[in-house]
Amino acid sequence: MHRIALAGPTDFKGWRDAARRLARQGVEPADVVWTVVGESSDLFAAPGLETPAAPAPEGPAFAVPRAFLDLAETAILHSDPERFALLYTMLCRLMTNHDALEDSVDPLVVRLNGFAKSVRRDIHKMHAFVRFRAVETEAGECFIAWFEPEHRIVEAAAPFFARRFASMRWSILTPERSVHWDGEILRLSEGVDRSAAPGEDALEDLWRRYYASIFNPARLKVQAMMSEMPQKYWRNLPEASLIIPLIDQAERRSAEMVQSATTPANPRPQRARPTPAEVTEAPAMAGTIAALRAEAAGCRRCPLWAPATQTVFGEGPEDAEIVFVGEQPGDQEDLAGKPFVGPAGQVFDAALRDVGIDRGRVYVTNAVKHFKFVPRGKRRLHQKPNVSEIVACHVWVAQELQILRPRLVVALGLTAVRSLTGKTMTLASAREQKLQTEAGTALLATIHPSYLLRLPDEAMKAREHARFLEDLKRVAEMARAA
Amino acid sequence: MDMLEKLGILADAAKYDASCASSGTDKKHAPAGKGLGSTEGMGICHSYAPDGRCISLLKVLLTNACNFDCLYCVNRASSNVPRARFTVAEIVKLTLDFYRRNYIEGLFLSSGIIRNPDYTMEQVVAVAKSLRLDHGFHGYIHLKTIPEASEALITEAGLYADRLSINVELPTEKALSALAPEKSIPSIRRTMGRLRLKLDEAKSEKHLKHARRFAPAGQSTQMIIGADDSTDRSILDLSANLYGSYRLKRVYYSAFSPIPDSSLKLPPKAPPLMREHRLYQADWLLRFYGFEVSEIGGKGGMLDLDIDPKLAWALANRDRFPVDLNRAPREELLRVPGLGAKTVERLISARRHRTLRSDDLVQLRLPLAKLMPFVVLGDHKPSSLLDSERLSALLRPKPTQMQLPF
Ligand code: SF4
Repeated sequence: MHRIALAGPTDFKGWRDAARRLARQGVEPADVVWTVVGESSDLFAAPGLETPAAPAPEGPAFAVPRAFLDLAETAILHSDPERFALLYTMLCRLMTNHDALEDSVDPLVVRLNGFAKSVRRDIHKMHAFVRFRAVETEAGECFIAWFEPEHRIVEAAAPFFARRFASMRWSILTPERSVHWDGEILRLSEGVDRSAAPGEDALEDLWRRYYASIFNPARLKVQAMMSEMPQKYWRNLPEASLIIPLIDQAERRSAEMVQSATTPANPRPQRARPTPAEVTEAPAMAGTIAALRAEAAGCRRCPLWAPATQTVFGEGPEDAEIVFVGEQPGDQEDLAGKPFVGPAGQVFDAALRDVGIDRGRVYVTNAVKHFKFVPRGKRRLHQKPNVSEIVACHVWVAQELQILRPRLVVALGLTAVRSLTGKTMTLASAREQKLQTEAGTALLATIHPSYLLRLPDEAMKAREHARFLEDLKRVAEMARAA
Repeated sequence: MDMLEKLGILADAAKYDASCASSGTDKKHAPAGKGLGSTEGMGICHSYAPDGRCISLLKVLLTNACNFDCLYCVNRASSNVPRARFTVAEIVKLTLDFYRRNYIEGLFLSSGIIRNPDYTMEQVVAVAKSLRLDHGFHGYIHLKTIPEASEALITEAGLYADRLSINVELPTEKALSALAPEKSIPSIRRTMGRLRLKLDEAKSEKHLKHARRFAPAGQSTQMIIGADDSTDRSILDLSANLYGSYRLKRVYYSAFSPIPDSSLKLPPKAPPLMREHRLYQADWLLRFYGFEVSEIGGKGGMLDLDIDPKLAWALANRDRFPVDLNRAPREELLRVPGLGAKTVERLISARRHRTLRSDDLVQLRLPLAKLMPFVVLGDHKPSSLLDSERLSALLRPKPTQMQLPF
């Protein structure tokens, strides 16, 4: 029989050293008695009473998973007297089966995990339910709390308070031990009696008023409260005295609310707010881009407006000679309310720079003004607009062109081609043809820059990019020639 | 008016906001000896009210005076409730005083709209700024943003706040225009969109040394349930849209609760709190269990009040069961009624070591009655019950005798 006397109830280091030695000597868990020096249950309490382990040959060193050390360090704080022995049993098991801890339905693993969980919960509750009371001392204001933890957690819970109440001087007193912070170091001392803690704080009336006011009597859920804040903690909480009266009055108070007379309509006229008028019919011809933009903000000519953030209208100088028409705004455009600001917009900007077109001199817009997508978790998957949406939205781009009267319109992608010509064709044929918009303006078709982003093959990407630049060079030439 | 009375009025006015969380922010604390406060990533509930809700923040209004007249709101212009207003300095002091005593994790500040949106937002920001800059406060700050406030003010708010929120309040535009004529969904969405862009930007610069902090706990919103006739389905559709579009951290659902001095246009009674609970469960299924809104709609677009949405889905999709707990992939385990995400991880880890049997589920204290009809284990195959009409009746709570108001 091996008798191990640990220096204290949370002596992790002592337990670890002894357990390591015993395990290497192959000592069976049943042959070890774990005690804590000075604990009343320990009949042989006196340091140095440890029976020296028989000079057995020491086995080879061994390693345990990190998770076990974490578990042991936490579980050892549990008040269950069996904790040392159970941890030692687990250790012995890990020597033959390194992964034994992963078997999370094994009874010993369940029990030890339960210890650790209970300890963590107790630490958490101490962090939550400690209530400081301010006292004036010779050294200035000091905050003192009384708390009764279930396990031996004071030391483990203390650093949190040091981080949080960095500039305060505080003490937390418990029956087991106490901890003090002076702004620099944490100091531990003996446990004390409850009477050593101050009985009240001037602020508690305010806190109670807050507690009573934030409670909604129409939503009584006493069970939910009790499971998170068991009654054993109430003794330390200044607000606890209100709980029973609040519960008792809840029904009457909420009935009164339901019955109390309702208010007549607001006699004050409501300030009209400039929300855009809904547009469901084809709009009358607006005179300026600004007027058109304002009108389009309320567009509901197709269902795309509903899930989107906003109408993303065209942008650029009103005397622009070239108008670029893309497909529809994407995720970033929808959020920012501006066309061509996302990844495809950046490709587009770079291409314009390469061929010497000033983005500030052109007008960019989209064939469809709302972002079409399906939500997928935290993302939005882009969807192609269908023909009826393209047709519904055509009124806006048609009017933009009518006001701008550009020399040249560039359709970026097939959606734009469909919108501007009313015809469905392939991009290959659209690129070859001499196209015109419905109003008779010269129209040139090329790819949408987002196409380049989607190409997986680098060689193909380079080829398509070169072709895109070719198209844009033609745009630049046509604009100059005119 | 003394502080006690003011606090009573301005906390009372804030109690309808469901948000209480103080989690999900970055870890930070004051240097030793200086300043006050820390956030540790995980929030702490410092108390619970008898309504079961956690109290982790000092949740108050700067003022409950308001120009707007949203019918569901106790603070609307036409309501006859007593009004009060805190000064910036008063809220700052109150927050610090409560914080020092460990009553709270921080502050959740919102406000009625007075004068104009920018003026109101300025005051709200001033509180956070003073806490951070004048007092070295490192605790949690949640600010309610006013959607019409200028972009510059909202950017500034993000510098000092851990979380920002804008409440959508009602799930449809129709409801909003009927009950809150001065609010507009487009302006709420635009603000959320702007916030997301800023949050994304801050995130992408996080690795830079002097990256500016911008609301590290992200943005959230609240919807009031049961003040209009929207279905659960339309509510969840909007949630899915908001999570996807603006990466909201949370959508809070708040069952409409009768307010003093209520408007005639509102239902006089609260919807069952269970409806709110079911919506939260459905919201979890969307976010963590791989469900789509279309799968959890329920009859007529309403969630079943008797049973949780996952069980309802399982009963309606019995061809997907039984699931073999020893073999099925994670996604399928997540769809088994009675298995939470943590349990699923445990089972996956344990089954590498053993063949799972019924006793193992007992060890883990799982709800066997709910679970067993849907699973296969080493020593268990579900009975023909899975195909029987009776299963649904068995798993529903026994009808209790109808209660009549007396
Ligand atoms: S996509 Fe176009 S037509 Fe459809 S609602 Fe938006 S602006 Fe109107």
